[in-house]
Amino acid sequence: MSVIVVLIGFSIVVAAGFLVAFLWAVKSGQYDDDISPSVRILFDNDDEKPKQTNTNPNKV
Amino acid sequence: MAECIHCGQDCGKNPVIWDDKTFCCNGCSMVFQILSEKKLDRYYDMMPTPGIRLDQENTSGTRYAYLDNDEIRLKLLDFSDGGISRVNLFIPAIHCSSCIWLLENLNTIHKGIMHSHVNFVRKEVSITFRESDISLRQVIELLHTIHYIPDISYNKEKKDDHQKANRRMIMKIGVAGFAFGNIMLLSFPDYLPGGEAIDELMAGTFGIVSFVLALPVITFCSSDFFLSAFKSLRKKIINIDLPLSIGIISLFLESTYEIFSGAGTGYMDSLAGLLFFMLIGRWYQSRTYQSLSFDRDYRSYFPIAVTRLLDGKEDFVQLKDLKTGDIILVRNGELIPVDSILTDGEGNIDYSFVTGESIPVSKKAGDFVFAGGKQSGAAIRLRVEKEVAQSYLTQLWNEDKLGEEAGIQMQSVITRVSHYFTLVILAIAFSAGVFWSFSDFGKAVYVFASILIVACPCALSLTIPFTFGNVMRVFGRNGFYIKNTEVIEKLTHADTVVFDKTGTLTHSRTMNIGWEGIALSAGEEQFIRSVARNSTHPLSIMVSEWLPVSALLAVDNYKEISGLGINGFVDGHRVMLGSRRFIAGNDVSEENKISSVYVSIDNKLRGFFKMENHYREGLPEVIAGMKHMQLHLLTGDNDSEEANLRTYFSPDTQLHFNQTPVDKLEYITELKANGRNVIMIGDGLNDAGALLKADIGITIADDIYHFSPACDAILSSSKFGRLQDYLRFSKSAMNIVYASYLISFLYNIVGLTFAIQGLLSPVFAAILMPLSSISVVTFASLSVSALSKSRKF
Repeated sequence: MSVIVVLIGFSIVVAAGFLVAFLWAVKSGQYDDDISPSVRILFDNDDEKPKQTNTNPNKV
Repeated sequence: MAECIHCGQDCGKNPVIWDDKTFCCNGCSMVFQILSEKKLDRYYDMMPTPGIRLDQENTSGTRYAYLDNDEIRLKLLDFSDGGISRVNLFIPAIHCSSCIWLLENLNTIHKGIMHSHVNFVRKEVSITFRESDISLRQVIELLHTIHYIPDISYNKEKKDDHQKANRRMIMKIGVAGFAFGNIMLLSFPDYLPGGEAIDELMAGTFGIVSFVLALPVITFCSSDFFLSAFKSLRKKIINIDLPLSIGIISLFLESTYEIFSGAGTGYMDSLAGLLFFMLIGRWYQSRTYQSLSFDRDYRSYFPIAVTRLLDGKEDFVQLKDLKTGDIILVRNGELIPVDSILTDGEGNIDYSFVTGESIPVSKKAGDFVFAGGKQSGAAIRLRVEKEVAQSYLTQLWNEDKLGEEAGIQMQSVITRVSHYFTLVILAIAFSAGVFWSFSDFGKAVYVFASILIVACPCALSLTIPFTFGNVMRVFGRNGFYIKNTEVIEKLTHADTVVFDKTGTLTHSRTMNIGWEGIALSAGEEQFIRSVARNSTHPLSIMVSEWLPVSALLAVDNYKEISGLGINGFVDGHRVMLGSRRFIAGNDVSEENKISSVYVSIDNKLRGFFKMENHYREGLPEVIAGMKHMQLHLLTGDNDSEEANLRTYFSPDTQLHFNQTPVDKLEYITELKANGRNVIMIGDGLNDAGALLKADIGITIADDIYHFSPACDAILSSSKFGRLQDYLRFSKSAMNIVYASYLISFLYNIVGLTFAIQGLLSPVFAAILMPLSSISVVTFASLSVSALSKSRKF
């Protein structure tokens, strides 16, 4: 049964790793704006195209 | 009616057409053209009509020329190195996903912009650009062309402080949650039957690990509570954090003792859990509107620089460096930042930000001009009479700030409750301790500690954050934005309401119009409308909007005489519109109390348009809903509207006319001195002093992100008619708070009965404490949402 003591030690180390990751995320500002990232991920990533096809600016 | 493709507003009678699409104005159509040219028209696919409408567009010219001044430029830039600069701009207009998309694709519009990133919550965009391709001024002019006008000012520090505090709070919640989860796992055997039979090695290890996990909770996570308790003690007040801190510390000490003496496993799980809940409560309460500003002073309203004429040359000077005697140049649409004397040019000054009155005032050379007005028309020259900080309006502002800080803070319910609560609990704990010490000293200490633990007012302290936090969000959804949750409690105490008139009770941009004089034929109406369409003066716009739709005729020889009227020939007829003096040549016959627009056709006076204030919809309901309160009205206008106002207000309402900003402030001071709890409702800078002085200052704003004077709450003008509902809602919310207090007291009484007898078992305590907190939070949240449904919020 005493193996549980060892297991607890490991699990807390793992959990502490996630805690550190969380603290880092907060510190780096990922929690400052909780709206735009959720919108930003939906934008298509083809903003390169318009530059090349910009031949006839008067046509929509 | 067609809707503007860009901003969604009604295009009115004469939409601007471009590429078969309808626009409300040339500005909107311009933005559409720029975006479709750059193939950025997906802007319109993401959100229908995402654009912003501008009332006036003067991007070109020199409006932002001061940004070329190096000193100003460097102060605004966040970072500048090797030709690459970054600037962080507050853009109040950011409101939807299309805005984010467009602002993050600025590099498509101009190649000099390398990267742009939007922070939606703060309504800020951070732009990195190459100085060799685009200057700061050009970046801002570019934003202006697409109608995202940045609000340029220096005071950024406050927002950064808020952000730091918010990050720290989230970290504390994270640490407390981490400790809570892990300790809970270790304490789990205690809650199960047969948990006592767990072997010694494991029980010991579990205890020590729990202790280690609880250390950051007691040091890092609880620091705010300890600090606040300590601060309140120094001020000789007992606030809620004092009994909380006592409870937290006794819980920790008792548990530590139990763990190390081997007597038990302690209550570390409850400790971490309670802190976790309480921190969430504080965080929830502090989540206010980051993008709204409730404490703006004159600096955020005035421009940061102004054009100064020195030896015939123009240069830009920061406002604070302006000296008495300097000559400044103010162009169309620019703000007059200091009290000064007009030396050259025709002043036509719009004081709508100051008084709420949108009809410009005309000034001649030699006239004294107060700061705060906006010039419309040709550029004028002014000689500075007083430095910025000494100007009439700014001074009013400064004085008040000091007065406010010295004022006595209102004792909130929670402070009063916790005052008695703490004393009662300490008395019970000591007497029970003394009682037990005669028979068994060990037991006495145990009883003393368990009383403090079980009486820890966690549930009590969670009531206000969750009830008022929810109320604040309900209000926010309905266009009523409050500065913090304390405002709700203050609203329930208010017994006096003071209104401003212009811009608060009346619409600032529309008026009731009536024609008096010789009846006009349809043809004549068409003439007048055609002439009036040429002017941008608010009165001309209102007249042309009011007249029936007709084709516009060509106007020859059109002339606009600032402050007097307009003049033009249509179809060979001379049409004049304007003040009585302009049309009839005299204005002595009657005192001109009501604004009116006189009309003459072919030099014959035909009559005048009578312009009356247009009161906001819902005003009768608001007044009816406040009949149990004392109502007052203060206005800077003359008493021409008195009869009209009396139809709304009951005879015992006090109406005061011709009030200066100082009068308003003194009136509020006097009311407060008579022991009244005053709500001031205003809109312009002239109410700023009164708004600050009142217990609650509510600003009415057409656009909540635009400038509003410092206040406790901002009410979106379209929701004016519901004002009394917000007050009633606050009262009901206060009752919810009382009910929650009752629930938490009941739990306390149950816990205390066991604790006093020394019968409090650890498991029982560990279940009781979180249970009381959770039930109070649930009760508060559910009642507020039920209340908001029943009141149709």
